[in-house]
Amino acid sequence: MSAVLDTHGQHDEHAHHPSGIMRWVTTTNHKDIGTMYLWFSFTMFIVGGIMALVIRTELFAPGMQIVDPDRFNAMTTYHGLIMVFGAIMPAFVGFANWLIPMQIGAPDMAFPRMNNLSFWLLPPAALLLIAAQFVPGGGAGVGWTMYAPLTVQAPMSMDLTIFAVHILGMSSIMGSINIITTIFNMRAPGMGMMRIPLFCWTWVITAFLLIAVMPVLAGAVTMTLTDRHFGTAFFNAAGGGDPVLYQHIFWFFGHPEVYIIAIPAFGVISQIIPAFSRKPLFGYTSMVYATASIAVLSFLVWAHHMYTVGMPVEAQLYFMYATVLIAVPTGVKVFNWVATIWRGSLTFETPMLFALGFLFLFTMGGFTGLVLSIVPIDVQLHDTYYVVAHFHYVMVAGALFSAFGGIYFWLPKWTGRMYNETLGKWHFWLSFIFFNVTFFVQHFLGLAGMPRRIPDYSLQFAEFNVISSIGAWGFGLAQILFLYIVVSTIRSGKPAEQRQWEGADSLEWTHLPSPPPYHSFETPPVLR
Amino acid sequence: MSGKFVRAAAGLAMAASSAVAQAAYQLNLQEPASHIGERVHDLHTIILVICLAIFIGVFGVLGYSLYAHRKSKGHVAAQFHENTTVEVLWTVIPFVILVLMAWPATTTLLAMRDTTQPDITIKVTGYQWKWGYDYLKGDGEGISFLSNLATPHNQIYEQAPKGENYLLEVDNPLVVPVGRKIRVLTTGNDVIHAWYVPALAVKQDANPGFIRDAWFRADREGTYRGQCAELCGKDHAFMPIVVEVVSQEKYAAWVGEQKKKMAALAEDPNKTWDLAALAERGEKVYQANCVACHQPNGKGQPPAFPALSGSKLVNGPKADQIGLVLNGKQGTAMASFKQLSDVELAAVITYTRNSWANKTGEAVLPAEVTAARK
Repeated sequence: MSAVLDTHGQHDEHAHHPSGIMRWVTTTNHKDIGTMYLWFSFTMFIVGGIMALVIRTELFAPGMQIVDPDRFNAMTTYHGLIMVFGAIMPAFVGFANWLIPMQIGAPDMAFPRMNNLSFWLLPPAALLLIAAQFVPGGGAGVGWTMYAPLTVQAPMSMDLTIFAVHILGMSSIMGSINIITTIFNMRAPGMGMMRIPLFCWTWVITAFLLIAVMPVLAGAVTMTLTDRHFGTAFFNAAGGGDPVLYQHIFWFFGHPEVYIIAIPAFGVISQIIPAFSRKPLFGYTSMVYATASIAVLSFLVWAHHMYTVGMPVEAQLYFMYATVLIAVPTGVKVFNWVATIWRGSLTFETPMLFALGFLFLFTMGGFTGLVLSIVPIDVQLHDTYYVVAHFHYVMVAGALFSAFGGIYFWLPKWTGRMYNETLGKWHFWLSFIFFNVTFFVQHFLGLAGMPRRIPDYSLQFAEFNVISSIGAWGFGLAQILFLYIVVSTIRSGKPAEQRQWEGADSLEWTHLPSPPPYHSFETPPVLR
Repeated sequence: MSGKFVRAAAGLAMAASSAVAQAAYQLNLQEPASHIGERVHDLHTIILVICLAIFIGVFGVLGYSLYAHRKSKGHVAAQFHENTTVEVLWTVIPFVILVLMAWPATTTLLAMRDTTQPDITIKVTGYQWKWGYDYLKGDGEGISFLSNLATPHNQIYEQAPKGENYLLEVDNPLVVPVGRKIRVLTTGNDVIHAWYVPALAVKQDANPGFIRDAWFRADREGTYRGQCAELCGKDHAFMPIVVEVVSQEKYAAWVGEQKKKMAALAEDPNKTWDLAALAERGEKVYQANCVACHQPNGKGQPPAFPALSGSKLVNGPKADQIGLVLNGKQGTAMASFKQLSDVELAAVITYTRNSWANKTGEAVLPAEVTAARK
């Protein structure tokens, strides 16, 4: 790529926009919207994190101490919903907003007004989820999977939750349409589809997944709503329905959802690792195909979350074979990253540490996923803490670590200021160590038979629960350091260079200053 | 001096060994007590070893690279970014490993799901929040009972020291003979539960309105403990499962005893009951079935679990309350209790109508429940 500077973009007087709060309410600028997504996501991360600490504090010792069982169940439910829909998904949409236009040489997203709407749908949904805790009956203690018919019994907070899910779905679908249209239509001349950074590719694939499955989730929760209030019996056997139907519909959404969270994380990692290896990404083409085949396979394996519902043995065999197959493209990705590192020229700044932490922990989550894909073993481990450990290795170590890595990687670009490297490394090591203290021991709890979603447990599980709770508090407190690092960078960080990382070679580093002007690439960059 | 030391050390060792007896810091699956359990245990070990080998391979390479290819050591980056041979290899080799893994998994699964030709068939019903067992076929046919958590409330709420089997003890355990194939039919009364006994390698969801099955054959006598494994509401953590595996002779004795008990319990529906006797019996039924939601003081936990004390329904016409208790209320946590006997239902309704703030002074007779059932 050429290193010609886009001089047009450097004049900030192009930035006509209201100031104060109205700037943020009315903005159609992809950078403003990206920033709002990221701050929203961090706020939800704190809310969901506080809920996690309530859970871990109650589980510190056998016996009931701080919350009653209903409140505990509500905490597990909303911790999951808020982290998945409020923290992790918006974080990566924030990255998409900030980066996709700059990486493909476009001036903004394709539909800027819709972009504004898809962000501003999120706060009302978040308020519904939080308000659900305070209505009569308290939060619905049904688990984030919201299995019928338990949801039919739940208090009115269930209705608030259903509407929140509807709104979040609308927001995601609009965001996805925007991303797909932007990448397909607004690339700079010469920026072919097989030339866009892998982060953009992962978002194309993710956006298609979102458009395919968010309506499915909306359907499932709408059926729950009509079962609750309008006398239908989709999930009630007495009326000719089937409670297991809900699980099939939910997981037809739910399994692709796992990849909706993981695939953009793969994209971020695929930007960071080459930059700090000073070497191009190994197997770009095979990365694209591996990601696409993971996405396709994710539609074919949903019932591996339901091995114990009592489906025919033939169905169990099919879902087991299809599930283990996912290990192949996932393996390809890990091998590609290792091959990118191989014979590079490595340095270990904070983004790279988070990327390596991701690689290590996500692979662990992949291995436990392989263990869980084997039906006879899963029958032992289903709905135990082993599953809790497994998906936190994938979600926290996978998605969250990659989001942290991405923030450290692009913060100099976004703010024009450099974060404190020493503190960044502290943040990584504290997060990494306490994450493992929290979740590694949960594998043992699950193997020994501790069910998930229980507020109280028998005495043989006491020791590991103490360790896990201590780890959770450590992990939670370490995130205060993260907030401090980000705020102090924005306020008083040292000026960053245009190309802060010498190995970074996408357009935002090669063609735009740090920070980029409010409107960048108003004329397309010249690419060779 | 040294004697004291030895005694202290012995004491510590004993404390340590008793901790082992309670399986603290247990790292692996529970010790299996059935052939299928052993196969699952072995399968898990195989998969774990394969994963570990791959892990060491991949992260060995990564670790070496992180050490040797550092910029600070002056390593200059190579610029290769493709290699078709390697890429084909690392697609094909994992595929082959997966096929090898699928083979033992398939044979184990087929054995695990083969529920044909059982010696004894037992229906397991999940209730919010207890288990019901009905011996349908084989030795003990006709035996039927409910199994409730036996851990007292004050242990859970930190008012008393916790017992050894805290939260894993029940009033009436499931009793089965050793070495016999036991088929378990699961169903749910209200929401989905899951019947899970780790040592026997059984976990089967109990779906309301449907019957699903699983089986086990315990190889060793003993007491095996498990829990409900599917979130089923407030007291999901408080509905354990205890399976007593006994010798054939002991089992026969147990069956005889149960049959006698049931005969004694089959109360004569024509017996005349007075209000005091019904209320006294009703209090016991209430403690076993109602207290978790409606609370000992009848005040419930509104709005999910309404108060009975002062309730319009409880102080209103008898027929409405009988109907509600028999059929439950759609869309709420109030389940149907028609599995209780007519005497038990009459007693508990009488008790609620004459306790706390409720002073109807009316007795509901078993015959009225019998009539309402029709």
